[in-house]
Amino acid sequence: MDFETVMGLEVHVELSTKTKIFCSCTTEFGGDPNTHVCEICSGMPGVLPVLNEQVVEFAIRTGVATNCEITRYNKFDRKNYFYPDLPKAYQTSQLYLPICQNGHIDIEVNGVKKSIRIKEIHMEEDAGKLIHDPWDDCTLVDYNRCGVPLLEIVSEPDFSSGEEVIAYLTKLKAILQYIDVSDCKMEQGSLRADVNLSVRPVGSTELGTRTEMKNINSFKAIARAIEGERARQIEVIQEGKKVIQETRRWDDNKGASYAMRSKENAHDYRYFPEPDLVPIEISEEWIERVKNSLPELPEAKKARYIAEFGLPEYDVDIITSSKDLVKIFERACAVCENAKEVSNWIMGEVLRMASETNTLPEDITFDAANLGKLILLVKGGVVNRNTAKEVFEKMFTDNVEPEQNINEHNLKMVNDDSVVLEVVKKVIDENPNSITQWKDGNDKVEKFLMGQCMKLLKGKANPAIVTKVLLEELQKI
Amino acid sequence: MDLCQMTALELGKKIQAKEISVAEATKAALDTIEQRDSEYNCYITVCKEEALKRAEEVQKGIDEGKLTSPLAGVPAAVKDNLCVKGMNTSCASKMLDGFKPIYTSKAVQNLMDAGMVLLGKTNMDEFAMGSTSETSKFGAVKNPWDSNRVPGGSSGGSAAAVSAEEAFYTLGSDTGGSIRQPASYCGITGLKPTYGTVSRYGLIAYASSLDQIGPLGKNVEDVAEVYKAIAGHDPKDSTSVKQAAPQFTLKDNVKGLRIGIPLDFIGEGTEPDVKAKIYEAAKILEGMGATIEEFHMSELKYAIPAYYIIACAEASSNLSRYDGIKYGYCADKYDDLTDLYFQSRTQGFGTEVKRRIMIGAFVLSSGYYDAYYKKALQVKALMKKAYDNAFAKYDVLLTPTAPTTAPEIGKSLSDPLKMYLSDICTVSVNLAGLPGLVVPCGFDSQGLPIGLQLIGNAFAEETLLNTGYAFQCNTSFHKQRPNFKTGKEA
Repeated sequence: MDFETVMGLEVHVELSTKTKIFCSCTTEFGGDPNTHVCEICSGMPGVLPVLNEQVVEFAIRTGVATNCEITRYNKFDRKNYFYPDLPKAYQTSQLYLPICQNGHIDIEVNGVKKSIRIKEIHMEEDAGKLIHDPWDDCTLVDYNRCGVPLLEIVSEPDFSSGEEVIAYLTKLKAILQYIDVSDCKMEQGSLRADVNLSVRPVGSTELGTRTEMKNINSFKAIARAIEGERARQIEVIQEGKKVIQETRRWDDNKGASYAMRSKENAHDYRYFPEPDLVPIEISEEWIERVKNSLPELPEAKKARYIAEFGLPEYDVDIITSSKDLVKIFERACAVCENAKEVSNWIMGEVLRMASETNTLPEDITFDAANLGKLILLVKGGVVNRNTAKEVFEKMFTDNVEPEQNINEHNLKMVNDDSVVLEVVKKVIDENPNSITQWKDGNDKVEKFLMGQCMKLLKGKANPAIVTKVLLEELQKI
Repeated sequence: MDLCQMTALELGKKIQAKEISVAEATKAALDTIEQRDSEYNCYITVCKEEALKRAEEVQKGIDEGKLTSPLAGVPAAVKDNLCVKGMNTSCASKMLDGFKPIYTSKAVQNLMDAGMVLLGKTNMDEFAMGSTSETSKFGAVKNPWDSNRVPGGSSGGSAAAVSAEEAFYTLGSDTGGSIRQPASYCGITGLKPTYGTVSRYGLIAYASSLDQIGPLGKNVEDVAEVYKAIAGHDPKDSTSVKQAAPQFTLKDNVKGLRIGIPLDFIGEGTEPDVKAKIYEAAKILEGMGATIEEFHMSELKYAIPAYYIIACAEASSNLSRYDGIKYGYCADKYDDLTDLYFQSRTQGFGTEVKRRIMIGAFVLSSGYYDAYYKKALQVKALMKKAYDNAFAKYDVLLTPTAPTTAPEIGKSLSDPLKMYLSDICTVSVNLAGLPGLVVPCGFDSQGLPIGLQLIGNAFAEETLLNTGYAFQCNTSFHKQRPNFKTGKEA
């Protein structure tokens, strides 16, 4: 029997507001444990929450950018459960009236377009962190993260493959970064995804029993978790057993998921309206203002790059999927006015260096204007392409200014025929075997001799001139 | 006259006139506490050293002309569910053993700014849950009018302290009658302001949508002055109403005031003495030019179940944070995290608190929410509408505060349902978020005080206080004092 997978996603995004959702503590990541806390976010007796309006603004922005309807009359609800990272023993969230509903994000996988429906987006507060100390065999609590504002973005069960999930997350991340509501750093936990997954026989219209996988913190891990859970569920069914509805924890190191203890599954959250907050009414004007202030979103940018610059769709897809690559692209273009060349450099050298140095696009630090300058220097014949790549590596790692670096290290392209001629003659003299081979009609030798010349010229010569002089001298033999 | 017999405003006036020093007043109050509190148990914490030090500070402020409030230098106490920085705040519960807040509640801060000398924290029902002030970890409070009787609750310590002259005024909190009913039982004056008038910031929550802080004092003038000092918008309380602090001068004129008596408040359980005194009070007000009319408010029959569902639901959530981990009581022995929660909460909370947490958890649990909590919210809306209709016809409603006078200690807790039913006259006011004022209006055949409840429309505290003031200008019930027992003599 063939099976198909049905998945839905719950994505938690930490908003990049300056202060927390219900108090004025900073949301900054890190900091010594329990230094970003006050009586409110640590849930001391008698405290009351006051809603940070920026959170509402960011939620509206996200809703508009993901084609949602904005709920005009909003309320918060309490979700009650005991856990040491939750000092009030309830999370203030939205159950009954989430701020955004019925949106969608369009994705494309292997040339097939698909619209993923967004059920709702709601505002809530983050919990603290528990740190287990193996030396003292105890668990310590850090409340710094308590009260950092979150959006939970809940999709409909519209995914049928891991690739679709990754495409959606990539797009969602790009949108959130474009509209400046979150830095979406998965490694710092500011973007976290839970996957609801079920399988069913192909052709069946009924949904199978789903499991929820939590604690997945990279795109690659998500892809592996999906594959692993899909295989596990099919095996369970083929063994004639039933999939149990439960929450499972994906252990990416072991490549397996395991069921959380049944007590952890048996929550009755006893939701009820948060009596300490008043309802929030969102006006038409507010929504309009947000709509008008949104920047160009990935979809629109992609279309414009293709139309305006004639760039390949594949390249544009990659560049526009990251706000930081877009920044590099636009800044470099502004300097050299050569979109095609900038795009080639990003797709080639920038991404190569990023991957070699394990740098995420948001952590790239070089001044993109220098990339534009470098492109102009290549075009103007000041450096050859290979030397330029070396200069770029220095730019990438140490943010050097290209022209200065070229001058300092004497990397200018050698265009002087007499210098080249001297070297060519020397190479011909020192390689009699190769010359014999060439005379016998082996053209491949030309490449070797060319390489020898460039080596002696320390790679700085204009390759066109070297080729010309070398061929001229060979003809003379 | 003994210094402690003065009203807060009489004392404040003498302090401003330099006839009495703040230190003298403070010492007198501390002496009275020393003499009487072992009998009445009004206080959980008495801050003698801090109060004497504070008295000097306040005196300096007054002498330098910085503290000009009529309450400046007047020693007072606050209920032990109001946070005061660095001072034990227990809610009369073992659960908050040793807990010292890191901040001061807004209402207390407002009074500090006006020059209050804080004597200490008053006794109460554990977490403000109760009508008798018997459920305190620190023992029952006794009624100064009869030490065998309860002072009412949950602000029993605050009411008894005023009645026993152990504080010139106090703050209490009122979720379902917790200021008004003890004021009535103790023969003093108490105000539960409109919901949202006084910031709840720093009031340890029982039921967030019903809780309100208010003053208790010897007469309406004192209560009005304290009310003016604590009311006003607080940006730290989202439910606090955006309006300026109230400013008014009391007027003793009730001519043309339309007073309604909702007959449903005077049911079968109402003692004849209580009923008689309420009608006598109505006659007095009528004699002063008010019009009196009886009417029906049949919705009242839903008030008690709705109140207990909402209050317990919110309490079950509000009290979840006491888990033995961050502060307060923690069990010595436990197996794992769940057992730590279980043991700490089982040992830390008293019976009544546990009962209400369980009721609350039940009514909110999945499958029961619609049948209980949602219905209760509908009743709340219905109650509000019933009051809206009443206030279309009347300026003030006049009712008993409780069906009976103070019961004997030890007679109430064994039958919690019966105890809940005795809240019939007060809980609907909280459901509708309205202000309620209690003034003494006489005594029953056993000499126990009876309180008259005046209910006003939202934000009509001024009308309410004027009515009470007019009543007190023409009566002397509020001037009666108990025959005090001192713990030392006994």
